[in-house]
Amino acid sequence: MNHNKELLKVQHLKQYFPIKGGIFGRTVKHVKAVDDISFTVYEGETVSIVGESGCGKSTTGRAILRLDEPTDGEVKFNGVDLLTMSKSNMRRMRKDMQIIFQDPYASLNPRKTVRQMLNEAMEIQQVVPRSYRNETIAELMETVGLKPNQADRFPHEFSGGQRQRIGIARALSVNPKLIICDEAVSALDVSIQAQILNLLKKFQRELKLTYLFISHDLGVVRHISDRIIVMYLGKIVEIGDKTSIFNNPQHPYTKALLSAIPIPDAEKRKERIILRGDVPSPIDPPVGCRFHTRCPFVTDKCREEEPELVNDDHMKSGHQAACHYTVAIDSGEHQPTRELANVRQNT
Amino acid sequence: MGSENNILRVNNLQTSFFIDGGHEIKAVDGVTFDVPEGKTLGIVGESGSGKSITALSILKLIDSPGKIKGGEINLKGENLVDKTEKAMRKIRGNTISMIFQEPMTSLNPTYTVGQQIRESYKIHQGLGKRESTEKVIEMLKLVGIPSPEKRINQYPFELSGGMRQRVMIAMALACNPELLIADEPTTALDVTIQAQILELIKELQDELGMSVIMITHDLGVVAETCDFVAVMYCGKVVEYAEVKTLFKNPRHPYTVGLLKSLPRSDIDQLELIPIKGTVPSPDNMPEGCSFAPRCPFATELCHDHLPDLLEIGDGEQIRCWIYTDDWDGDPEVKVYEP
Amino acid sequence: MLTYILRRLIQLIPVLFGVTLFVFLLMHLTPGNPAQLMAGEQAPQEVIDRIENRLGLNDPLPVQYVRFLGNVVQLDFGTSMRSNLPVMDEIRYKFFVTIELAIYSTLLSVFIGIIAGIVSAVRQYTFSDIAIMFVALFGLSMPNFWLGLMLMQWFSINLGWFPPTGWGSASQVVLPVITLGTAGAAVIARMTRSSMLEVISQDYIRTARAKGVRERVIIYRHALKNALIPVVTVLGLQFGTLLSGTVLTEQVFAINGMGRYVIDSIMARDFPAVQASIIIISVMFVFVNLIVDISYRFLNKRIDLNG
Repeated sequence: MNHNKELLKVQHLKQYFPIKGGIFGRTVKHVKAVDDISFTVYEGETVSIVGESGCGKSTTGRAILRLDEPTDGEVKFNGVDLLTMSKSNMRRMRKDMQIIFQDPYASLNPRKTVRQMLNEAMEIQQVVPRSYRNETIAELMETVGLKPNQADRFPHEFSGGQRQRIGIARALSVNPKLIICDEAVSALDVSIQAQILNLLKKFQRELKLTYLFISHDLGVVRHISDRIIVMYLGKIVEIGDKTSIFNNPQHPYTKALLSAIPIPDAEKRKERIILRGDVPSPIDPPVGCRFHTRCPFVTDKCREEEPELVNDDHMKSGHQAACHYTVAIDSGEHQPTRELANVRQNT
Repeated sequence: MGSENNILRVNNLQTSFFIDGGHEIKAVDGVTFDVPEGKTLGIVGESGSGKSITALSILKLIDSPGKIKGGEINLKGENLVDKTEKAMRKIRGNTISMIFQEPMTSLNPTYTVGQQIRESYKIHQGLGKRESTEKVIEMLKLVGIPSPEKRINQYPFELSGGMRQRVMIAMALACNPELLIADEPTTALDVTIQAQILELIKELQDELGMSVIMITHDLGVVAETCDFVAVMYCGKVVEYAEVKTLFKNPRHPYTVGLLKSLPRSDIDQLELIPIKGTVPSPDNMPEGCSFAPRCPFATELCHDHLPDLLEIGDGEQIRCWIYTDDWDGDPEVKVYEP
Repeated sequence: MLTYILRRLIQLIPVLFGVTLFVFLLMHLTPGNPAQLMAGEQAPQEVIDRIENRLGLNDPLPVQYVRFLGNVVQLDFGTSMRSNLPVMDEIRYKFFVTIELAIYSTLLSVFIGIIAGIVSAVRQYTFSDIAIMFVALFGLSMPNFWLGLMLMQWFSINLGWFPPTGWGSASQVVLPVITLGTAGAAVIARMTRSSMLEVISQDYIRTARAKGVRERVIIYRHALKNALIPVVTVLGLQFGTLLSGTVLTEQVFAINGMGRYVIDSIMARDFPAVQASIIIISVMFVFVNLIVDISYRFLNKRIDLNG
């Protein structure tokens, strides 16, 4: 995959949201939603960002498209820096970068028919000559599995799965290169979710699309991704290709996250690591390693020193984890420092 | 299953909503299942399957324009359908408790955690503030809330989602119920918190010996937590079995379809096989089997006639023509191939 | 909470500056020379000059404003042009009459409005709901001076139950308070109803039912406290309408309050009296809203108290 060209390069991206307070309503603190993350997405691949609520995965997606202006960092798309670009140039760039949201209903204008919406998208981006548009709309509707004559209906006349198809049709209508899917299938029932996932995969094959797939559902992520980024409290804790992340997770958080997912197989019950406590607030994130408040392997070093993303010898190339003890845990040299009551063998 | 002691037997339950001057929507249409004592029954289904309405019907919490139209809800030999509202109030929160999906909105924002749990003791045991406070603290400790003496005076908005769901559990278990109905208790929570809460429910069940109905859309949660499972589709139970049987040898085409369309985190799948089409809208239900329009095996018989929920041995029940003598399709049909 | 109150108080400063500045400029921007007005049309130039000097009208405007502000802070609004008495002495009594009228009317609005709203919500779409909402719509659309005149016609003149005018005795209070409180009661009833209906469908009400709580307790303990949060906001806005309503009500019932005083002062171009009235009414309005906001915060625990 890495032979392909870099399509999206994110470097040292930071997104801080101010919190006002005190008598004079000044900014007193920041929510460090995304705190210095870097990664690259290559053309034609699917990179997923996973993590729990508050880890900054959706914020990252929004910051890349400048739906919220990032605090700091660099986002390069096809070699062009997006963050220094003027608003009007950025609007033109969005033709190449589309986003699909979790709630298709909220992101579709209820007073416009599907045809009007698709027309508008094509009008803004000037991708299809006017005389061809009706033909293109009919084609698009068929591609996403809807009937062309349904284009004259309003969003409320469709079911949740169909609306998500419309969201996809709208994204595809401008021939984008990159689609950011922000929890795009999370609200759907499994039988419908599978239809949409298959649709997304088909388009990737046929149209050479690149996906940045943001999701909390690791089943979905395993199915759709080539590479995976695991985030925790605004930081990337692990990054690697799908097989290394799922078969050889290195960061204690990734391990706990994977082991926490209930498996639909009553006989294959597994050892589960149940993390204690909640995710700390991103307003005053823990110093050192941000996971140290919940990590079973914590030491004093973790409380003081922030680990960097590194690739060790026992990991595949391109696989990096931000933990001081990946090597020592892997060799069994570093054992859990908290009592093991929270690691439970399921029978 | 007949040989076991069942705490709850639901038989042919029908709950409908009457909208726009009498137009009937059958949300629950002939649901039948048993909850064996001390065990966990999972009710699994997608949105619109009627699983939550079933749960609310058991406690008779169906608001107008909804109505329990028929059937029996048998709690240890007593039919709840015939009970008065006053008699039901003695059962709610006392013999049968319920927790809900949204811990964020299921607690009253204007009262403290302590006030809300204390209310259960006041209603069902007539305890005053001083007597119940001790019990509330004990309960909060039991559900794993750190420094309960402090938490008792906090408002729900001061707690995280996971903590709120623990408070909900503490409140539900306050009067030591015999049956806990958990309606999607972890759907709104993150995976690591979900693991904590599921673990907690399991531990408390062992400790207190209660029975549980776990309502969920997540087959993973069913496999991890349940002993028995009822699969619901369009207001009906289509398959009822022991959990191990269901996952090893699912029989109903809908159950099989669900399993095949589920992206899994534990194995690599080459492709997902979705169930084609969508759930029929409740005011346009097919005449025959409600799954027939989406079923790859459906014959004319399926489209025209509704199959019964039939016992096929080992306590397993299936609502599908394939498993009857009347089946007119391919006699060798294999619904599930592992 | 304390930080919040402090911050709100600090935010009041520019508001009050604005009000005083506006009131001050009012006098200088209206056509005609105030000194001329005070002295009368026929007054010789030297009398006018004397008055101008006494009032410092020849000083630059900023100097005058600062002096004006200094006086206002000491509650010295000068002397009335009509009576030559200190304005403050004239207003003191009238102010309390109006406050009394406003408070009684608010209490009536709140009492009737909330009860009617609850009944309406709990019995949604029944006869009582429809009847209450019809009456509320009626009360809302009726101009209060007309309502006042009608009440006076029926209850004082035809039936002779209450005196038609004046203020002080219990029987004199009834008609003006109904006149002024009706519109507010209607607004609050409608607000309570819709807010209550929304709250009743919330998840935590279902939780309470699942606990085995009785329906009455659910309404009055679990639902009402939450439903009142938006009602309190309306109450604050309503108070402004109420203050302007007092002007007409006092006029109709010949009550010697601030409302009438303002009208009379404007008619007579009695600037010090107008200035004093506007400032006092504005300050009252601002503080009532502050109290409403604070009680809103108190009811609604979800709001971050520092934010």
